[in-house]
Parts: sequence; structure tokens; C-alpha cells
Amino acid sequence: MKELLKVKDLVIHYQTDDGLVEALNGVSLSIGEGETLGLVGETGAGKTTLAKGIMRLIPNPPGKIKEGEIFYDGKDLLALGDIEMQDIRGGHISMIFQDPMTSLNPVMTVGDQIMEVIQKHNNISKQEAYQKAGEMLELVGIVKERANDYPHQFSGGMKQRVIIAIALACNPKLLIADEPTTALDVTIQAQVLEMINRLKKKLNTSMLLITHDLGVVAQNCDHVAIIYAGEIVEYGDLQQVFKNTQHPYTEGLFGSIPSLAANVKRLQPVEGLMPDPTDLPEGCKFHTRCKYVQDICKKNVPPLIDIGEGHLVRCVRCQKQ
Amino acid sequence: MANLEKTASEQNSNISTKKQRSLWQEAWRRFKKNKLAMAGMGFIMFLIVIAIGTIIVDLVTNKSFYDAYVIKLDLRNRLEPPSSAHIFGLDEFGRDMFLRMIWAIRYSLFMGTIAIVISTIVGGVLGAVAGFYGKLTDNVIMRFMDILLAIPSMLLAIAIVAAMGTSITNVLIAIAISYVPTFARTVRASVLTIKDQEFIEAARAVGASDTRIIFKYIIPNSLAPIIVQATLGVAGAILSIAGLSFLGLGIQPPTPEWGAMLSNARTYIRDAWHITVIPGMGIMLTILAINVVGDGLRDALDPRLKS
Amino acid sequence: MYKYILKRLLMMIPVLLGVTFIVFFIMALSPGDPAAMILGDQASAEALEMKREELGLNDPILIRYGNYIIDMLHGDLGVSYKNSLDVWEQVWERFPNTTILAIAGILVALVIGIPTGIISAKKQYTLIDNVAMIVSLIGVAMPNFWFGLLVVIIFSLHLGWLPSQGMGEGLVPLLQSLVLPALTLGTGSAAMITRMTRSSMLEVIRQDYISTARAKGLSERIITYRHMMRNAMIPIITAVGLQFGTLLGGAMLTETVFSWPGLGRLMVDSIKSKDIPLVLGSVIFLAIMFSVVNLIVDIIYAFVDPRIKSEYKKG
Repeated sequence: MKELLKVKDLVIHYQTDDGLVEALNGVSLSIGEGETLGLVGETGAGKTTLAKGIMRLIPNPPGKIKEGEIFYDGKDLLALGDIEMQDIRGGHISMIFQDPMTSLNPVMTVGDQIMEVIQKHNNISKQEAYQKAGEMLELVGIVKERANDYPHQFSGGMKQRVIIAIALACNPKLLIADEPTTALDVTIQAQVLEMINRLKKKLNTSMLLITHDLGVVAQNCDHVAIIYAGEIVEYGDLQQVFKNTQHPYTEGLFGSIPSLAANVKRLQPVEGLMPDPTDLPEGCKFHTRCKYVQDICKKNVPPLIDIGEGHLVRCVRCQKQ
Repeated sequence: MANLEKTASEQNSNISTKKQRSLWQEAWRRFKKNKLAMAGMGFIMFLIVIAIGTIIVDLVTNKSFYDAYVIKLDLRNRLEPPSSAHIFGLDEFGRDMFLRMIWAIRYSLFMGTIAIVISTIVGGVLGAVAGFYGKLTDNVIMRFMDILLAIPSMLLAIAIVAAMGTSITNVLIAIAISYVPTFARTVRASVLTIKDQEFIEAARAVGASDTRIIFKYIIPNSLAPIIVQATLGVAGAILSIAGLSFLGLGIQPPTPEWGAMLSNARTYIRDAWHITVIPGMGIMLTILAINVVGDGLRDALDPRLKS
Repeated sequence: MYKYILKRLLMMIPVLLGVTFIVFFIMALSPGDPAAMILGDQASAEALEMKREELGLNDPILIRYGNYIIDMLHGDLGVSYKNSLDVWEQVWERFPNTTILAIAGILVALVIGIPTGIISAKKQYTLIDNVAMIVSLIGVAMPNFWFGLLVVIIFSLHLGWLPSQGMGEGLVPLLQSLVLPALTLGTGSAAMITRMTRSSMLEVIRQDYISTARAKGLSERIITYRHMMRNAMIPIITAVGLQFGTLLGGAMLTETVFSWPGLGRLMVDSIKSKDIPLVLGSVIFLAIMFSVVNLIVDIIYAFVDPRIKSEYKKG
């Protein structure tokens, strides 16, 4: 599989009134063509920062990409000028945001909002763009006559469909979906995800799917990366991470999902809270909550090591084996 | 039943006073960090101290100092520019501008404050009643407020003064009335948001009376926006007083008042700049100080609004 | 939409009746006998009584008010106590002058206020922003009649560039005489609108749909104009509508400073001479102007914000 996106040692910090927020501390990952990578972590783990970092949408100030490289199709995105980056956004890499209720401009018709991205990235007439916008709406299951309606006339699920139509309007090669279903009703979540998946296959788009729901990952992803306090702690294909879980944090995440098959008396939540990103602990960032904690964990940051066939884990217990 | 109500409301008020104390403390902590607002507050304190000082002088000397220096004419040295003897110079009748400036503080600052206190109370009660009872009461009160709002406040104040004659009390009443609708609206809006919250329902469930609910729960909880509005209102009222006096409808000469001083200065605008510039500076700095305090209070009381 | 405008026009009627009644009532409370004012101090008691009867002053206030409104609808606002001239004519003659001044003032406010506010928000916490914020704080705090006197000292007396008094005849003299009053009237509102625009823009800049627009690859220019400004305009329009009331109040002071022959000065002069019909006529005219502007603002609102428009269509 050809590599489409490669992120190397990305470090992003925010300078705020409360101190330096170390949001991302050396994240590396790659996505192949047509592949879906699931990125899983708690709120505040740095998932959205990573997504916005790839899009180069980190507001500066207060945010800043300190180190690292992002290669898209062999091009170094961090070296591009503003104008070249605008061609990438929406044309090559698209993004779906968390909250459909606030992600559409309330004073523009949805048709105009779809047309806008089409006209930006294709040299076509207004009529053609309008035509294409209608087709995109039909593609996500909305009749094209509604192109002249305003966002407040749509339901949440419908708005998210419109946002998907905007994201896919220019056949991007990579789609970044930042918790695309979190704000939706449970019944609609499945529909929307199913639709994203279908369209992605049809258009052969790669996807970075950000979520905190391992069930969503199991159904939609090829690979999965677990992120904790701005670091990847475990990475592998579904089989490796789900069946051969190695990192204590991943283990904890699985322990907190109710299961129908196993007869468990009580769910095991991950004890404790995410560390304050302005004051991260030394050594392994998970050691404050880890039930296997040893002295060495408090001093040294464990490296991400391959325990076989590309299954990467950041834990001293795996180093010893 | 009565017992039940008492304990429930006591618990409730314990919770709310505890919550409130920390809210006010938190707000004060945030306010202290705002240097501009603190400077504004310092300046206002300074003006208040001077104003009280001049009032004490009047009382102690039984106005003889006032008669001899503040309003006494001395036409020989009229329009003398600022000098070391008279740091703000002399006005068109040869009176010391500095003394007149500081004797005038009370009319702007205290009258503005009193007018706003009156309109806060009247508007606050009307707004609270309208918001609390809703329906017909709300409609009658708020339509009346809409009508008052349809008359620009300066216009309304002028009309009232014109009808009742120019005296300090009438100016006060005129300005107070013209600000009533603003406060009624503010209070009504916050009452409407508070009214449906659960602790009000709880108080009602244990049989608290309407009056009790309004005074014990609703008013304390809608204080924050009222305080901000009132602070900014004082600035507006000071401007209105100065404006009325400038038109000759407010405080009458020879009583020193900044707007009235400007009105006289207009005649001598070709001859002496200082009698025009200085009173205006007084008004401007006072309003500026009150506005930065008002902005600071808003930021401190409602951190969500701060960027 | 037409239905909405019609509905709003109909709703204006009770408000205007209320406004006129309040003003009428306040004026009726005014001490002093109009009959004595017209006939002078030497008039006999019988003559005074006859005059009072003629003016309808002996009727109950509601009847007097009713008669006043009926006359007003026929274009009759009574005659001035002072010079027996027709009030309607006098007010009508001054009305365009105040309108010109008010429009010029609001233009000054918009042309200065909106761009400054936008630049300030886009460059938050930079030198430009800080300077703009300090200047606008001062602008809000300045009494406009004082600012008027200052610009007269500088531009008329010192530099001799522009006239300080009256309203010029002919286009060029008119414009020349309009500059200083319009500047005086508009500066305070400009400062207010700058602050409103800035905070409204800052609110919009943080919205998710701006991130969406960026993610589409749109240029910063298009994002500012198409996405930020249209949304930021909504609260600004309200602010401008409210500023218009302040502006009309300020017009009385500005007209006094510059001897501008407008309604405001007519009113102030007639208050001083206790000419009640003239005061009443000019106050009512100004209040109607304010109501009409507020209606226009509400209609513009509907065009900018589709959410409000569809609500109008519903109700």
C-alpha cells in the first residue's frame, strides 16, 4: 500500500495565560492510500490538535508547531506557502468537525457553502458548481432542491451530511473526521458512519477517524493508534490492538466498555484523571494512573517499540520481553 | 408546613450565600488584576474624596468660602490664562477655575449616581414584576417601557425639565425617568432566565410567597448585570446632566457645574481656550474612569464574555 | 416580507400614540398660563378666560389630547404662542436640516467605526488594536458638545478652514458647513460602533464555521468578507439603531453649538420661551423619526439574518 500521509515527531504547544500547554509531544503516524486509521483517546489527549496540525489550522498565537514534519504525497506541508496550503485544504485534505450545529455558516445557504469549496478548487462556472453541489447533496441523501435552504432549516444529522458533502465535494485523497458523530443522536450515528464509509470506499479516500469510541474503531478502521497526553502509546492493526492488547492504558480503555459476551460484574474505569497538560509528569506520562507502575516509569520516557509485525507499544514491560 | 418552608429556604439561602460569596470574591480577584479598571476606580475615589472635602468646607465655613471665592465676580482679571497662582486660570467673571472645577464634582458625580440609583430601583422593581408575573402584567409594563424607549432619553429628559422647570430636583427626576426603561429591560431579562431554574421551583414547592421569592432569590441572583448596567448608566447620566446644563436647562449659573461652565465658555471661545478645554476634560476623565470600571466589572462578573 | 413590514407599521401606531400622549401629558403639567403668555401681562381676567376657552384649555386632558391628535392627522399642530406662526410649517421647515445632519453623523460613525473595529479584531492585542481601543474609550467618554467646541477652536478659529456657525446655502457651502457638525455628532457613535464591531468580530472569529471555511481552503480575504463580516454585522445593526437615538439627542446639543437650524435647536429655543405647541410638535417629530429608523433597522436585520427572516414569515 502506498503511503499517503506521514507525520514525524510532531510537537505542538500552546502558550496560554495558565502556562505552556504541551498538547502534542512527538507524534508519528502514517496512513496508506485507501486506508482508515482510527485515533483513539480521552478528551484533551491531543486528538483535535493533531488533526488541526495536519491541516495547518492551529491558531497562532497561542498555538505553535514546534518540531516535526508532515508529508502528504511526498510534499512537506510545513514548508508550503499560505497560498499552496489553501490548495491542499479542501482539495486534497478535507476535514469534518465535531459539532455540526455550529460548523455551518448560519447566514449562507447550504448550496452556497458547498459551491464555495467546488469553485475554489475547480475552474468551473457558477452553474456547473451549483449543479455539482446538488449532486453532492443527493450523494449524501438530501434532495438537491434543498440547496437553497439555510442551515437552521436542517436537523443535526442532516447538517452533518451537508458537512460531509462539503468535505468530499472535491474528491480529496484524505479525509480527517474529528469525532463526526459525537454530537449526534445514537440512532443517527450509525447511519452517518455507514455513509462516510460507503462514500470513502467509493471515492477511494484515505481517512483519519478521530474518536473515543472503540466500537466505532472496530467497525470502520484498518489500523488504530491510541493517544495519551500527546503521545501515541500503542499502534497496530485491529487484530493486534484488540486481540493482543499490550499497553496498560489500552487495556484500561477496553475494561471500561460494557460487553454482552463476557460475564463481568462491574466495569473497570481507568483510575484517575488525565494529567494537566501544563504540568505533565516526568517519565512515562501514564505512570500516575498505571497499575503496573515501577520506579523506572517515573524517570524515563519509554520509547515506542515494535513488538512484532508493526505492533508498536510505548511501555517498559514490553521492552523486557 | 411553615417549618418545612423555613428549613428548606434556609438551606437554600445557605447554599446561595455560600455560592455567592465565592462568586463575589472570585469577581473581585479578577477585577483587581485589571489595571485599567483599578486606575479608573482610583480616580473615582479621588474625585469622591475631593467632593466630600468641598462639602465639608461649605458646612464648616457656612458657605462663606463658597461665596467669597467660588461664585464671587472679579471682572478686572477675567479670562486670565492658567498661572502658578491660579493653576486652571480665571473664568469669564474672574473666578478661579480650579475651585469651580472641584466644587462642581458633586453635581456630576453625586447627582448622576442618585439619578441612577432611583432609576435602578424603579426600573428594577418594574422589570422584576413584569418578568416574574408574565402575561398581562408583563405586557402592560413592557409596552409602557417600549413607549418610553421610543423617545430618545435626552429628548425625554429635556421635555420633563421643560415642563417642570429647571431645578436640581427636576433634573434628577428627568434623568432618572429617562433611564428607567433600560433597567426594567435588563432586570426582566435576567429574571426570565432565573425564574425557571430549579431552586426557584424548590422554594415554590415548599410554599414560599411571591414577595419572598422575588426579594430573597431573584433579586440577589440578578445583581451582576444590574451592577454593570448601573455603573455604565452613571456615566450616561453625568453626560445628560452636563448636556442639559449646557443647553441652559440644568444647573443654573452661578452654581459651578461642568456643562454650565462650558455653556458660558462658548461666548468667549475666541478669547480664552482654557475655560472651554478644562471643564470638558473634567467630564471626559470622569466618564472615562467610570466606563473602564464598568467594563472591568462586566469582565470580572461574567468571565464568559471575556476573550 | 411585505406582510411583516405592514404588521410592523401597524404596531407603530400604538407606540406613537403612547409617545405623543406622554409628551402631551408632560407638557400639560407645565406651570404657567398659555393664555397669559399670548395676551401678555396686561390682559383682563375675562380676556384670559376667553382665550383659555378658545384654546380648549378648560377641557379635561384626554379630550384635549384627542383633539390634538385629530388636528395632527389633519396636518394641524396648532400655532406658536410666541409668534402665532403655524407649528406644522415651522417643524416641517426644520425637519430636513436635522435629517441631513443625522444622516451625515451616522455616516461618519459607520465609516470610521466599522473598519476600525474589524481591523482591531483581526489584529487583536497588537499596537493598532491597543491604540484604536484607547482612542475609542476616549471617544465614548467625550461629551459631544465639548468636542464640537474643540473642533471649532481648531478648524474654524485657528486654521480658518471651515465655518463654525449656521448652514450654508448651495451644495459646496452646505457641505462645508456640514463637516464640523457631522464630525461632532458622529464621533461618539463612531467610538461606540468601533467597540461593538470589535467584540462582535472577536465572537465570530472563534466560531466553528470559520474553521470550516478555513478547512475549505478559502483565502483569508474571502473568509473575512464573506464569512466573518456578514455574521458580525447582525449585532452591529442593532447597535447602530440604538446609536441613532443617542444621535438624535446629541443633535440638539450639536445644533446648539453650531447654530444649525434644525428641529433640536427649535425645540430648545421653544422650551426656553415656554412655547408649548412648538415643543410638542418638535418632540413628536423627533420621536417619530426614531421609531421609523428602528423599523428600518429591524427590516435590514431580516435581510442579513435568514433565521430572523423565516421567523417573520411564520408569524
